[in-house]
Amino acid sequence: MLESLLALGGLVLLRDSVEWEGRSLLKALVKKSALCGEQVHVLGCEVSEEEFREGFDSSINSRLVYHDLFRDPLSWSKPGKALPGGPLEALRALDKKTSSGPATIALDSLSWLLHHLPCPTLCQTLHALSRQDSCPGDSPPGEQVRVLGLLHEELHGPGPLGALSSLAQTEVTLSGTMGQASAHILYRRPRQHPTHQTQWFSILPDFSLELQVEPPLESQPRSDPHTPSVDPTTHLTFNLHLSKKEREVKDSLTLPFQFSLEKQQALLRPGLSQATSHIFYEPDAYDDLDQEDPDDDLDV
Amino acid sequence: MQGKLTLLCDAKTDGSFLVHHFLSFYLKANCKVCFVALVQSFSHYNIVGQKLGVSLTAARERGQLAVLEGLRSAVDVFFRPREQLHPLQFLREASAGDLQPLYAFVRDALEPVDGGEDAWRCPVLLVDDLSVLLSLGVGPVAVLDFVHYCRATVCREWKGNIVALVHDSGDAEDEESDVLLNGLSHQSHLILRAEGLATGFCKDVHGQLRILWRRPLQPTAHRDRSLTYQYKIQDKSVSFFAKGMSPAVL
Repeated sequence: MLESLLALGGLVLLRDSVEWEGRSLLKALVKKSALCGEQVHVLGCEVSEEEFREGFDSSINSRLVYHDLFRDPLSWSKPGKALPGGPLEALRALDKKTSSGPATIALDSLSWLLHHLPCPTLCQTLHALSRQDSCPGDSPPGEQVRVLGLLHEELHGPGPLGALSSLAQTEVTLSGTMGQASAHILYRRPRQHPTHQTQWFSILPDFSLELQVEPPLESQPRSDPHTPSVDPTTHLTFNLHLSKKEREVKDSLTLPFQFSLEKQQALLRPGLSQATSHIFYEPDAYDDLDQEDPDDDLDV
Repeated sequence: MQGKLTLLCDAKTDGSFLVHHFLSFYLKANCKVCFVALVQSFSHYNIVGQKLGVSLTAARERGQLAVLEGLRSAVDVFFRPREQLHPLQFLREASAGDLQPLYAFVRDALEPVDGGEDAWRCPVLLVDDLSVLLSLGVGPVAVLDFVHYCRATVCREWKGNIVALVHDSGDAEDEESDVLLNGLSHQSHLILRAEGLATGFCKDVHGQLRILWRRPLQPTAHRDRSLTYQYKIQDKSVSFFAKGMSPAVL
């Protein structure tokens, strides 16, 4: 998956969210580029240099040039530890630094840059940086510049997101379910239809990528390990269970409204087994006992 | 846990009990604390702190605690000469300013004493709360920049901790609050989210606490990064229990 993401060149947009962070994937791509012998320039705005370099071994760290915009990006400190010219100049300076040979530029993050630079300026600078003026097929593959941009989706409106999306050759949207991360990748190859691909993956502690199988859709939700399973039928004051004898008696009981063969026979031979029933009625003093049928005068 | 940003977030409930907890926790742990208290008066925090076993007045007198009492000192902004920057200087600006003076206050309060003779352990910045700054006219990016600089100085340089409370309005129309909350979540190492119960108010279970670890130093294969507990706030403590296991229900 990493090779295909790095193959196209141009701008690779990594869209992450609070729940599914993208810095690990960015570092995995940085590691892959460094292992291919390229020089990697990182414009770090959100994390310190130590934190970004953590997890990389010395061979990768030696190929990684970290431009520190984290310590003092807005020149608030005195004496100033800021990069001269502020964020925009730092971004433009990367263009000159990558003019020779294949290179990868990692922007951590584009969200920070988008908050501090006007969107059109940022888009123009990114366009120049990823050398999209010349047709990718014309320049020899050795001079391709790859720009990896980390973007936090929830922080921006649809306008800036759409603008950056249209600039990107490859767009990776990170999500996942049930602890398993997935990347939805959109490739925009020149003169071809855009293609989609969804890949489930996990990033190992040394920032290499391991592909995963898609988790089954009907997996049962994991039971919360902190809730012990409690049997509700213990400690009750009544009995919910049946003994074997009680179960037998229950099964052999005929229900009163079930029309079985015995009942049919009993109905066909009245008086033999049925006890006649009597109604005992003692009238009160004020009762009107009229033996006539009150329905006689109905003309039905 | 050192050099970390812990984000306290509350949604449909009051998460200030977490602020009181962390304040008393770090004071008892002998850390140097800078408390940016924008919501309540100093005496309020002091009274609650005494129930939890710390005296804020005593801590302030011995130099362990530096407090910016927003309610009281906001008025001072207008009575100071303009050249002297007050931490809440942005209140005086016509357009949305930045929080550099507030950052300068925090930096001066927590800067380690030269010579390494500091009596206190790691520095801690506590903010109650960041959403108030939005209401006072500061833009969300300016608040994020303030937290960024505090992280660079307090967390990275001085290996201290930051604990900040922010409110989740839950209102889809409040874009600024969403940008602030999400931006802070991306910067945080640990998020503690206090939520009201979905079914409404309950006498015995006051809410639910979700704990989410972000930015693990080493990405792990099994991402068991979040836990949920329910809680009940009592007079001097908070009791936590697993979901559905409140003693009142069992």
